[in-house]
Amino acid sequence: MKITSYRRDQASEFSFTPENLKKAKAYMARYPEGRQASAVIALLYIAQAQNGGWVSPAAIEHVAEVLDMAPIRVHEVSTFYTMFNLKPVGKHLIQVCRTTPCWLRGAADLTRTCQSKLGVGLKETSADGLFTVMEVECLGACANAPMVQINDDYYEDLTPARLSEIIDDLRAGKEVPVGPQSGRLCSAPEGGPATLKDLPAPAKKGAEKDAGTEKGA
Amino acid sequence: MPKLTIDGREIEVADGLTVLQACELAGVEIPRFCYHERLSVAGNCRMCLVEMERSPKPVASCAMPAGEGMVIRTDTPLVEKARKGVMEFLLINHPLDCPICDQGGECDLQDQAMAYGFDRSRFDENKRAVKEKYMGPLIKTIMTRCIHCTRCVRFATEVAGVEEIGALGRGEHLEISTLENAINSELSGNLVDVCPVGALTSRPYAFTARSWELRKTYSVDTLDAVGSNIRIDTRGREVMRVLPRLHEDVNEDWLADKSRYACDGLHSQRLDRPYVRKNGKLREASWEEAFGAIRDRLTGLAGDKIAALAGDQCDAESMLALKDLMASLKSTNLDCRQDGAKLDARSRAGYLFNTGIAGIEQADAILLVAANPRWEAPLLNARIRKRFLGGGLTVGSIGVPNDLSYPVYDLGSGPDVLAELAAGRGDFAKALSAAERPMVVLGMAGLARPDGGAVLDLARQVAETFKMVREGWNGFNVLHTAAARVAGLDLGFVPGSGGRDTDGILKGAADGEIEALYLLGADEIDMSRLGEMAFVIYQGHHGDAGAHRADVILPGAAYTEKNGTYTNTEGRVQLGRLATFPPGEAREDWTILRALSEVVGTRLPYDSLGALRQRLIAVNPVFAALDTIEPAPWGDFGAAGMLDSAPFGAAIDNYYMTDPISRASETMAKCSAELGLGPLTRATGTDG
Repeated sequence: MKITSYRRDQASEFSFTPENLKKAKAYMARYPEGRQASAVIALLYIAQAQNGGWVSPAAIEHVAEVLDMAPIRVHEVSTFYTMFNLKPVGKHLIQVCRTTPCWLRGAADLTRTCQSKLGVGLKETSADGLFTVMEVECLGACANAPMVQINDDYYEDLTPARLSEIIDDLRAGKEVPVGPQSGRLCSAPEGGPATLKDLPAPAKKGAEKDAGTEKGA
Repeated sequence: MPKLTIDGREIEVADGLTVLQACELAGVEIPRFCYHERLSVAGNCRMCLVEMERSPKPVASCAMPAGEGMVIRTDTPLVEKARKGVMEFLLINHPLDCPICDQGGECDLQDQAMAYGFDRSRFDENKRAVKEKYMGPLIKTIMTRCIHCTRCVRFATEVAGVEEIGALGRGEHLEISTLENAINSELSGNLVDVCPVGALTSRPYAFTARSWELRKTYSVDTLDAVGSNIRIDTRGREVMRVLPRLHEDVNEDWLADKSRYACDGLHSQRLDRPYVRKNGKLREASWEEAFGAIRDRLTGLAGDKIAALAGDQCDAESMLALKDLMASLKSTNLDCRQDGAKLDARSRAGYLFNTGIAGIEQADAILLVAANPRWEAPLLNARIRKRFLGGGLTVGSIGVPNDLSYPVYDLGSGPDVLAELAAGRGDFAKALSAAERPMVVLGMAGLARPDGGAVLDLARQVAETFKMVREGWNGFNVLHTAAARVAGLDLGFVPGSGGRDTDGILKGAADGEIEALYLLGADEIDMSRLGEMAFVIYQGHHGDAGAHRADVILPGAAYTEKNGTYTNTEGRVQLGRLATFPPGEAREDWTILRALSEVVGTRLPYDSLGALRQRLIAVNPVFAALDTIEPAPWGDFGAAGMLDSAPFGAAIDNYYMTDPISRASETMAKCSAELGLGPLTRATGTDG
């Protein structure tokens, strides 16, 4: 993510679609008059979604124009936050969580699976233009580690084999169920219970004691 | 007025100061990189850490407001250790470039590493390297040296008003960058000064000299009428660079790009010996031959057939010597307004920037008439921007709309708008009458036109209508573009009784009624209007327009090569000093006129610069008071007359080329190719 020089891409043009412009205006309206620049991150997100997963210099300049900001200020924001992609990405952006819980549960194997299966390195796009792989810091689904995020969806409780299947399915254009891939419900314990009603009745003595401490506290 | 203790000494400081400023007042030096007294506080370099009682950690003194009862220590082992640690981190990614770095010898990082740093490096890993960024023809970047103080970002955004530099990336990958285009500002050279390391250095000066080999001369700039205080650095006979010198009321810490970078024009196109035109061709001549040719032509010529024009960069002494010489030749045809500006020499208040440059900071409404301060006086424009950033300033402009780096109401383009305003009509009239300290700034483009006298009259009416002139405040201002102009008017270098003005002289020369014309550094007139008949004597330093037309060329001295008196647009009298000697046989200008006077007529009665200055003071006592502004009494000036409905033009078409020196400068040519010719229409992000 080194920004060594700025190439203004003369060929590419960018402007918000009418729906996106409406969305952008809604974000801008949240801030007082003259403080519209506060909406810059929201607008960059909209631009990134519209632009196929990355913000091009043209998109950055368009956001600057809409918000009446200097282009360099929007560049500062877009280069600061890692969730803005400054280079084109594949149709499916695979973000492998690599922070401690996922890592302990085999995130590194997931990364290796992606890399070898797709024949790419990190932050690279596969030859067919469908997949880009990158490692990211904690995505906040530690209870379902290891996991990856593909575009806007989480795929959790993964094994290298399952991830490989998912990639195949996505490549084939098939629907892939999101969420835990192990069959469990959200982050409920594997094999139940799935709700509080399913909880076994607590041991009587312990319950009394607990209630007592609560009262005492 | 908080009272605090610094290193055991109690000191009471003004409200709103920071701990760092309080320490400075107490005489304690605090090292710093990101803090700059004229920029906003960033607090990111951490070099200014001091120990504060009841604070568990050292605090950044630049960002800590001084409070009642604070106990600050700057000499404890903790502070020393903190500084050493910060230095060590700053130097992690800083290359060992000092021997090949242009900043070497005048580098904050180098100096402070010596004073506060550790004596060896413990960093074994790879240093990072950063690619160069393009910032235009004036600034050379070696971004690996950057320590991310963000002074340049803050300068560009706050003072220059161009948001074109930013900090891209984060953490280890943070880089200061432009969008790979030249900084579109007339103040960009100051980025080199604010950079505490060698990341931004002067491109034209690159690898030409070391700071310790240079002889420093304190002088005054003459490339615009602001009268910026400068330091001329010379090595041998060569001017290596020009730097700003602090003057709170004029240029603060800054200097405009032309004043700073046009100095390479001092080396080329120079007139270093006299020339005499023989058989239509200019031939090298000795001083005696040149003077002889002048004597032959002037002998027996009636005074009304002789005329003189003074240029935009003349010192007061040489103008006075020329005026006295013309008087001895019985000529009253003289003018220092070569652009034909209808300035009225009768009342000093009528041709001064009466409010003063520092006075702008008190104004709350400004009406610009035919003025583009961004090009005509970039530092004055920076003051207006500084005032604008303070809030509560309304600016309106009549004339060509320009991006001035602050929002401006475009009121119209011609004198009729001014007439409406003078009659108290229009929306902006309300703003002016509501203002407590309103100003009007009249540019040369409004005066240098046939109805200039009437425009001046209207501007005076505007000043009177809106009560801009009263005890303690004078809001009437003329913005000059020529450094010599105010001094010329002060010493009366204007047509005497029955004399011709610039226009009359040019017409007379074409008609044959003026047979001899003396041009003292006057290059901005239309030489084609002179015709072929007149005998033209050109005294100046560059082979520019005047020298091409001349029949006799007398080589004079540029502003860096003579001791001279200059009066800036505010009426501030300042001394320029000789930094190097004129090239070849060129001489200081007043001595040429003094020598010539012996040949062609009566010898001028002064043998030294001191005696000439005495005469100057006798002519107008304002020259006695150096570096002060005497409030000029309000008087009658301007001439009511017919107004031309034509819109106001621009006094300067290309900021980077306005005079013989900047036209001879290669650097200025590069700038004008890149920036100068384009219209100033790019939005800066602060618009609206």
